[in-house]
Amino acid sequence: MKLEPIVGRYAHIGKHRIYFEEAGQGIPLLCLHTAGSDGRQYRAVLNDAAITKHFRVITFDMPWHGKSSPPAGWQNEDYRLTTASYTVMIMEFVRELGLERPVVMGCSIGGRIVLELALRHARELRALIGLQTGAYVERYYDPSWLDHPEVHGGRACGAVAYGLMSPLAPEADKWETVWHYMQGGPGVFTGDLYFYQVDGDIRGRIGEIDTSVCPLYLLTGEYDYSASPRDTEAVVARVKGAKFTVMKGLGHFPMSENPEAFVGYLRPVLDEIRS
Amino acid sequence: MHDEVMIDTLARLVNDDPAIVRWGRRMNETFMVEVGEEQYLIKVAEGKISVEKGPFTQRAWRFAIRAKRDAWKKFWQKTPAPGWHDLFGLLRRGDVKFEGDQRVLMAYLQYVKQVLAAPRKA
Repeated sequence: MKLEPIVGRYAHIGKHRIYFEEAGQGIPLLCLHTAGSDGRQYRAVLNDAAITKHFRVITFDMPWHGKSSPPAGWQNEDYRLTTASYTVMIMEFVRELGLERPVVMGCSIGGRIVLELALRHARELRALIGLQTGAYVERYYDPSWLDHPEVHGGRACGAVAYGLMSPLAPEADKWETVWHYMQGGPGVFTGDLYFYQVDGDIRGRIGEIDTSVCPLYLLTGEYDYSASPRDTEAVVARVKGAKFTVMKGLGHFPMSENPEAFVGYLRPVLDEIRS
Repeated sequence: MHDEVMIDTLARLVNDDPAIVRWGRRMNETFMVEVGEEQYLIKVAEGKISVEKGPFTQRAWRFAIRAKRDAWKKFWQKTPAPGWHDLFGLLRRGDVKFEGDQRVLMAYLQYVKQVLAAPRKA
């Protein structure tokens, strides 16, 4: 038997019961999962001894996701993530857990919200890492099919996630990433996409980001067509001092579709943040 | 090249691969694939397919997937370039059109993606 160093607990924050996992000691590194998935995506980072030697790596499942509960009364409303609710959720978690000037790393919707954090909370954070960051993506398919009684949501969400990965990703990791998508509750992925494709358009404000207050690192997998390298380049062109790396052979879920290749890109960034 | 793919090899590549067939084993539908001007009807019976080449005059299908020859050629590369590796990637580029009953397409999306990517194995 092999025991992983990851430990999971539940925190009651406001009306939410939040599941989070952590490993390591040192500088807090808070990891934000993608739309419609959960913190399991960061398993490789939490299990990386070279990282956990210097960082306390933490990831929480957003309410409605993974092992976190939806709030009481969820059956009476549509779940919809917004810029405001997402930002409050992250900063409340940081405060309640007493994380002092954490590094925040997010992917996809998480890669978008780090731009908002850079605008509003730069002084409270040590550094920001955006994976698959774009300032906006127009709707190129109708996400209401991902939440339709006549379409199996797990299968449809899984099929959408599948395509966003690189054809070079190891099969086992790729299909586990799909599995996480297949386990999402009805309407949750669609509710997250409301932020990603509608409410979270941050194009008009990113020019105000000051990377001298809080450094911003952007890493984008080349096979992603949802937040493509070109989308990240458009952000970099407007944010002075943002450091951008294209991750060769990776797609929209670098940390879970090809963990080994991803940590190879992440470690030097974390070394730089630590130094 | 597209006849070779669509007529000569696609059915074999799909029907001989249980890992693809299982994703479509509840599917009994016919859908249209257009490669440039050429039309192909793909009839699915419990995950196994047969392919018929047009032109068709009065034939029904549940949904159609239409793209130019060049787009399919790039999609069918053994290791496609970024953006050409998935049907939704082509959709974001504006290089494919999904028409007809989107519910059926979305219900069987994983299967349809794997069927149409099967030529990469050839």
